[in-house]
Amino acid sequence: MAKRLIKLTVNGDEMEVAVEPRDLLIHTLREQLELTGAHIGCDTSHCGACTVDLDGRSVKSCTMFTVQADGAEITTVEGMAHPDGTLHAIQEAFRQMHGLQCGFCTPGMIMRAHRLLQENPTPTEEEIRWGISGNLCRCTGYQNIVKAVQLASETLSQKVAAE
Amino acid sequence: MADTNIPTIQERTDQLEGIGCKRKRVEDVRFTQGRGNYVDDVKLPGMLFGDFVRSPFAHARIKNINKDSALAVPGVVAVITAEDLIPLNLHYMPTLAGDVQAVLAHEKVLFQNQEVAFIVAKDRYAAADGVEALTIEYEELEPLMDPYKAMDENAPVLREDLEGKTEGAHGPRTHHNHIFTWTAGDEAATQQAFDKADVVVKEYLAHPRVHPCPLETCGSVADMNPITGQLTLWGTFQAPHVVRTVASLISNIPEHKIRVIAPDIGGGFGNKVGVYPGYVMSIVGSIVLKKPVKWIEDRMENLSTTAFARDYHIEAELAATKDGKILGMRSHVLADHGAFDACADPSKYPAGMYHICSGSYDIGAAFCSVTGVYTNKAPGGVSYRCSFRVTEAVYTIERIIEVLAIKLGMDAAELRQKNFVQPEQFPYTSAFGWEYDSGDYPTAMKKAMDAIDYDDLREEQSKMVDDFKAGKSREIMGIGVSFFTEIVGAGPSKNCDILGIGMFDSCEIRVHPTGAAIARLGAKSQGQGHETTFAQILASETGIAADMITIEEGDTDTAPYGLGTYGSRSTPVAGAAAARAGRKIKYKAQLIASHLLEVHHDDLEWDVDGFAIKGAPQKRKSMKEIAWAAYNNVPDGMEMGLEAVDYYDPPNFTYPYGAYFCVLKIDVDTGVYKIERFYALDDCGTRINPMIIEGQVHGGLTEAFAVAMGQLIDFDETGNVIGASLMDFFLPTAVETPHWETDHTEVPSPHHPIGAKGVGESPHVGGVPAFSNAVNDAFRPFGGIQTHMPHTAANIWAYAKSLGLTDQ
Amino acid sequence: MIPGDFDYLRPKTKSEALVMLRDGGDEARPIAGGHSLIPMMKLRMAAPEKVVDLGGLADLKHISIEKDITIGAATTQHQLIESGALFDACPILRETALLIADPQIRYCGTLGGNVANGDPGNDMPALMQCLDASYIIESASGKREIKARDFYHAAYFTALETGELITAIRFKTPEAGHGYSYQKLKRKVGDYATAAAAVTLSMSEDNVTGASVALTNLADTPLYVAEAADILTSSPLSADTIKEAVKAAEAMMAPAADGRGSSEYRTRMGGVMVQRAIEAAVERADKTPKKGGLFGWLRG
Repeated sequence: MAKRLIKLTVNGDEMEVAVEPRDLLIHTLREQLELTGAHIGCDTSHCGACTVDLDGRSVKSCTMFTVQADGAEITTVEGMAHPDGTLHAIQEAFRQMHGLQCGFCTPGMIMRAHRLLQENPTPTEEEIRWGISGNLCRCTGYQNIVKAVQLASETLSQKVAAE
Repeated sequence: MADTNIPTIQERTDQLEGIGCKRKRVEDVRFTQGRGNYVDDVKLPGMLFGDFVRSPFAHARIKNINKDSALAVPGVVAVITAEDLIPLNLHYMPTLAGDVQAVLAHEKVLFQNQEVAFIVAKDRYAAADGVEALTIEYEELEPLMDPYKAMDENAPVLREDLEGKTEGAHGPRTHHNHIFTWTAGDEAATQQAFDKADVVVKEYLAHPRVHPCPLETCGSVADMNPITGQLTLWGTFQAPHVVRTVASLISNIPEHKIRVIAPDIGGGFGNKVGVYPGYVMSIVGSIVLKKPVKWIEDRMENLSTTAFARDYHIEAELAATKDGKILGMRSHVLADHGAFDACADPSKYPAGMYHICSGSYDIGAAFCSVTGVYTNKAPGGVSYRCSFRVTEAVYTIERIIEVLAIKLGMDAAELRQKNFVQPEQFPYTSAFGWEYDSGDYPTAMKKAMDAIDYDDLREEQSKMVDDFKAGKSREIMGIGVSFFTEIVGAGPSKNCDILGIGMFDSCEIRVHPTGAAIARLGAKSQGQGHETTFAQILASETGIAADMITIEEGDTDTAPYGLGTYGSRSTPVAGAAAARAGRKIKYKAQLIASHLLEVHHDDLEWDVDGFAIKGAPQKRKSMKEIAWAAYNNVPDGMEMGLEAVDYYDPPNFTYPYGAYFCVLKIDVDTGVYKIERFYALDDCGTRINPMIIEGQVHGGLTEAFAVAMGQLIDFDETGNVIGASLMDFFLPTAVETPHWETDHTEVPSPHHPIGAKGVGESPHVGGVPAFSNAVNDAFRPFGGIQTHMPHTAANIWAYAKSLGLTDQ
Repeated sequence: MIPGDFDYLRPKTKSEALVMLRDGGDEARPIAGGHSLIPMMKLRMAAPEKVVDLGGLADLKHISIEKDITIGAATTQHQLIESGALFDACPILRETALLIADPQIRYCGTLGGNVANGDPGNDMPALMQCLDASYIIESASGKREIKARDFYHAAYFTALETGELITAIRFKTPEAGHGYSYQKLKRKVGDYATAAAAVTLSMSEDNVTGASVALTNLADTPLYVAEAADILTSSPLSADTIKEAVKAAEAMMAPAADGRGSSEYRTRMGGVMVQRAIEAAVERADKTPKKGGLFGWLRG
C-alpha cells in the first residue's frame, strides 16, 4: 500500500514520517526513527516492553498502527534524560534501587512509571504494583522496581515542593 | 614520588568499590536511557530479513513445496528449503548432546512449528507476506505425544534418519525412539539399603515441560563479507565462543574467519545456550545472498520451538529407619526430549547433574537412571535458570523427603535436620560420588527457622486445620520447606566438556599507563551485571578502582575463549579467572614497585591499592604509579606493559545451598492461593555485590514461583502446542508476584580463589520445591500425599476435590 | 507477527465513518482501541482490506448521566474508570473496567469495541446484560437499538450487520444505594476470566426487590441468568435462595476446557463467582456509597 505522510512530535521534535498503513508504531520508532529503546517482547500486547507515552497515555506501541498516531505527541525513554545528559529522576531511581537487570523491559517500565507518577504522584506499593501490571519483567521479581518507583515518587515530590 | 597525604586504608578500600560493596551497576546508565544494544538493534546497510515457514503439524510427511507463490510476493528475494541445503550438507546440524537436528525439515516434520522453509526479504513485513504465501502440501502421520508410549513396540518411527542406528551418543539404543539410558550410583548397594529399611516410600513426581522465556526472544544477524570471506555473526548467545566453534565446524569456514558478537542480551535463563536453525539460516542466507541477514523470532516461535526445559517424569524412592535416618535413595526418570536430542549438558552427562539428587543429606547408598526418548515435540531440554538438571534433582529429593515425613509422621523440617551432612563431614563425598566442598547446613536451617518462627507457623496451621474441619473456615495453610544443595560452576575439565572443549573460563587484563584497565572475559552477561561485579573482583585484587576498569564480554575477536554464562558458572569459573589474572598483575606490580623503591620485593607489603615497605607505610608506590612505570621504567630483563591472562580450570564444582520457606493459604472453594510469606536464606560463599545478589535472588524466586504455580508448555493429543503465548504461558506480573524476604550465611568455598560459589540459580532451584511443598503441605492434614505442578488454581481445586474437601 | 496490507481510512465525522463502512462492506473493519483487531491482524487471522479508524471521532466519546446513562462507544476503559460521576451513579462499571486487561490497554480499549466484538472473554458484554443496556446501532441508512441481552448469537457472531456500528450504549441509571459486584476469577492480570459474574440488586429490609445476574466467559456468549432475579426476589434472602440462584446460573454454563481449567472447574467457579457477587452486592446495598472503588486516586 502506498505510503502516507503523517505528523508526529517525538521527544519534542516535530517531524513528518512516511509510513504504510500497516506499519506498527514500534517499528516506525525503532527502525525509521532509530529509537531502539522500546523493545518487542511478546507481539501480543502482554509484556509492555514496547510502552511509550502518547498524548498523555501509556500505550503498547506493538499494538498500534503508526497512522493511528498521526498528530500525536510521543515520548520514548530516549526523551527522558535532561538536556544536560543527567538522568531523569525515574531513571536515576531505577539505577539506585537496582530496579533492572537485563534492561530489556526497562524502557517500557520507566515510561509506564512516568505516566503512573503523573497521574498519582504518591502511589502506595499496591498502587504501583497494579500500575505496572501491564509490564512484565523476567529478572527482578519487581520488588526493586517497586522501590525504584517509590524513590522516584519521593524525589519528584520533593522537587515539586521545592519549586 | 611517594604520596605524602595518603588516605586511610578504609578510605582507600571504599574508593576501590571492591568485593563486598553494593556498587551501583555500570550497565544501568545505558539501559535506563534505552541505549542498550540488543540483537534486534543491530542495523547494517543492505540488511535483509529472514522468517520461517513452520509446520502446522506435529508429525507429517512433506509432499510438495511450491516456492513460486512466495517468490512472487513483492520484496521476497529468496525461499530456501532443505533441498537447497542438502548439497551444502547443512540440512542437519550437530546438537550439543551428540545428536543432529534438522535445520530445515527434510521429507518429514517432527513437531509443530518446526522450521520448513526460510523466506528472505527486504524487510520483516515482506518476509511475513512471503511466509503466508508459501504453499506446502503435507500428509499427516500419527503423532507420538506421550513419552510413556514412545518405546511401545508399535510406536511410530519418528527419526527415519537414525534408522538402524543402534548406538547413540550415550550408549546403546534399544528402540527406534530410544535416545539413551544413563545410570549413576551403586544399584546393588542401594537395593541392600532398601532391603534392610523399616520404611520405604515411592512416589511419581512430574516436572512438566516449561520454557525459560526471556523477555527478549532469540535472534541473529549474519554478515558474510564476500570479498574477505569474513563472517560476522551477532546473536543472542550465552556462549559466543562455542557458537563460533560450532559455526566453523558446520560451515567449514575457518574459525579465524568467524567473529561472533553477543551484544546486550535481554535475559537468557538457558534459552540462549543452544544453537538454533535460525542462527544457521541467517548465515546461509547471508552467504547465498551476499548481504547481511537478520532473523528474530517472535514470542510464539520462541515458546514453541527454541529450548524448552524439564519434561522429566520422575519416580523417586527413599528407604529409612523408623526413627527417620535415611538409608538409601533411588530414582528412575523418563525424559521427554522431543524430536531431536538438543539438551545442553556437558558431553559426558546426558542427564546433566541429575545425580546431585541425594541432596543435602548423608545417604549411604543411592542410584538413579534416566531414559531419554523421542516424541513429536520441540527439542531442547536446557537448564532453565539452573545448573544442568539440578532443579529436577533438587525437586526429586525435596519432594520425596516430604513424602517420607508423612509416612513417618514426622515434621518435615525435623526430618531434614536429622539427615543433614554435618559441617565436620566436609569435604563430603556423596553416594553418587560428588565431593561437596563446604557448608554448614544445621546453622543455616536454624537461622531460617528462627527467622520465620517455624513453630508458631505450625501452630497457626494446625489451628486453621481445626477451623476448617469444624466448618468455621474454608481456608487451609501450607508451609513449604526446601533445603537445597546445588552443584554449579561447570566445570572441572576432568568431568565437563562441550563438544570436547573443557569447561574452563578465562580473563585477560590490560592495565593502561594511567592506571585504568580493561578486562575481557569468556563469560557473557545477560543481566547478571558482570560489567559491575567483575570489576569489583579486579578492584580488590589489583587495587585499581572498579570505576577505572572496563569489563568487556561477548566479542570472540577480542575476548579470550570461554564457555559462556549459564549454570551459575560465571562467578565460580570466570570470576576465579579474573581473580587469578588480577593476582598475576599484582605480582608483576610488586616487582616493579620493588624496583622503584629499591628494596627486595619480599620487603614490600600490599596495602589495598599499592605496595609499601614493611614497617614504613609512608614509603609506597600506588598502583597508579606502578602502572605508569610499567610503560617506562621496569627492572632489567622484565617485559614492559602490565597485562595478564588466566585460563581457569576449576578443581571442583561449587556447592551453594540454602534454606527456603514458603507460607501460603488456599481458598479451598476456588483453589486460589495467596503467598503469605517467602523467606530465602542463601549461602553462596563470598558475597561480591550484595545488592546484585539480592536482585538475583528476587528474580530467581519469581521464576521459581512461575514454574511451580503456573508454567506449562502443553500439547493436545494431535500434537498442537497449547499456550505458546504470553496470554497463557504464566509470567507473573507485579500483582501476582509475592514479596521476597532474603537472608544469608557465608561459608566460603575452600577451593575458589575468592571463596565465591555462584548464586543466580539457587533461588530457582530451591524455590520450585519450596512452593510445591507448601501446596502439598496444606493438604497433608487431610490425607494428601502428592499433587503435581503447575499448581494452578484449577489443579489445586481438583486435588482438594479428590480429597473430598470442596463443597461439591 | 506482522499484519497484512490494508487501506487506512480516517473519517472526520461519524456520518463519514458510516459511509466508509457501508462502502467497504464485508472487507471493512472499524478500529478504535485496536487491541482486539490488531492482534488478530498480526496473526493474519483477520485481513480486512479497509480499516476505518474511529479514533478521531469526538462524537463517539461522551458520558452522560441522567435518567439514563449514555456512553459513547469510543469511550475508553480508562475514561470509564476516571469518571467520578459515573462511579457515583454506577460503580460496577469502574469495578469491571479495572479488571480488564492492564493499564496500557485500558487507555486504548473502548467500551464499544469490548461489547461489539463478540469475544466471549470480554467482560463488558455480561455487565451490559446485567444492566439491561441497549446498544445504539447506526449505519449509513439509519439507526436502531438492540438489547445487550439479544445481541450475542455465538462466539464472534452478533446481531451487528455489515455496515453497522455501535455508536453508544445506554442503560437506565441504577437506583441510588443499589448493591453491585463484578467478581472475576483469572490466572493473572491481563487474562480473560476463568469465570466471572456481574450482579446488581436492590434491597428492602432482608428482601431482594430486584436483581440481575450475568456471566462472562462461561459459554460462547455472555449469559444473562433471567431465572436468578425471580429466585432472589421470591422469598427473603437466605443461603438457600443464593444457592438456588447459583444452581440456575450453573445450569446455563457450558465453558470449554482450556488452560484456565476443566469445564467442570470453570462451571463450579462460575457458581462461586455468582455466589460471591450476590453476597458482595447484598453487603453493599443500601449503604452509603463507598469512596474511590479499588483505587481512590483514580477519581482524579
